Amino acid sequence: MRTCPLSIPALALLAAMSAGLSLPAHAAEYSVLDTAQSSISFTSKQMGVGVDGRFRKFNAALNFDPAKPGSGSARIDIDLSSIDAGSPDANDEVVGKPWFDIRNFPTASFASTGVKALGGDRYEARGKISIKGKSQEVVLPFTVKPSGDSAVFDGSFVIKRLDFAVGDGIWSDVSTVANEVLIKFRFTATTSRPAVKK
Amino acid sequence: MSHTQPGLPTHYTRTAILLHWLMALMIIAMFGLGLYMTGLKLSPQKLQLYSWHKWAGVSVFVLAAFRLVWRLTHTPPPHPAGMPRWQQIAANGTHHLLYLLMIAIPLSGWLMSSAKGFQTVWFGVLPLPDLLAKDKALGDLLQGVHQALNLGLATLVLAHIAAAIKHHLVERDGVLARMLPFLQDKR
Repeated sequence: MRTCPLSIPALALLAAMSAGLSLPAHAAEYSVLDTAQSSISFTSKQMGVGVDGRFRKFNAALNFDPAKPGSGSARIDIDLSSIDAGSPDANDEVVGKPWFDIRNFPTASFASTGVKALGGDRYEARGKISIKGKSQEVVLPFTVKPSGDSAVFDGSFVIKRLDFAVGDGIWSDVSTVANEVLIKFRFTATTSRPAVKK
Repeated sequence: MSHTQPGLPTHYTRTAILLHWLMALMIIAMFGLGLYMTGLKLSPQKLQLYSWHKWAGVSVFVLAAFRLVWRLTHTPPPHPAGMPRWQQIAANGTHHLLYLLMIAIPLSGWLMSSAKGFQTVWFGVLPLPDLLAKDKALGDLLQGVHQALNLGLATLVLAHIAAAIKHHLVERDGVLARMLPFLQDKR
């Protein structure tokens, strides 16, 4: 005598549940920033020579699933007082009024409005950069390299400092400090997994 | 006045004289520029002056290297006859140290610049490699070395000038005129 302990609808429900349960394991939405493995650095040119700097403190709220790049988003806030512009002299200078004027504008930010896949591991984020009270629409190209639970987001782009009145007055002479500043970012993010949260 | 010794030249070569005065002018100008620029508040002008100082420093190094080779391959006129031994030793020692510092000071400046995180690019065109990675403590140390070597150079240059004037006015032995041919012509 054969009995069927589960009715057809019950089986269907189980299948749906298992599919639902297995979904987080396959889809990887990277959204938890690993600050120790993330950096925002920049290279300015002084008298034609590249000088490296970086921001020590920033926050990046990322949401990115390579399977659904279109719904990805990013909001990055940089604490400008954490700047290292390459030398103690420069650090004292760049927080002042002609440069970032951090008393009035302590934060620089990027907020995405959309992400597009470019093929392979390449993507671009559209959005708005805001520095010193001025905003600009930008397109930031980046790559994503997932490995296990984490992914590394790498990208670089060039902005013109004078578009944001950074380094005005005597510093607006771009033959000494170039207008173009190369910004490089690297974010390492892990998947958020509420199920295994401690 | 002549005190020729057989087989030894009586004159410096024209190249040696040119190099001597060219480098004398450059080194004095560089010394003054170095003192002036380090005291400036950060400004575009300060960045420019630092770049020029570094470009000129590399130039001094290249000229000093060429001059050293020239000196080793062209025998200079000997010391005047009858010059006391201690003076000969002092003169030789000063000349050796001056050559050493003309090489060592640009090197210390270049290394200091690397340690402070600023690459040296000769005339903004030819990048010199950074032999040292950026390291604040090392940069500060090399700054002290660069300053100390320059104080030593200034002291030696003053002694060198004083000796030349003494030779010209006291001994009247034509030592200064060997390096300043127009003094010779008047004799």
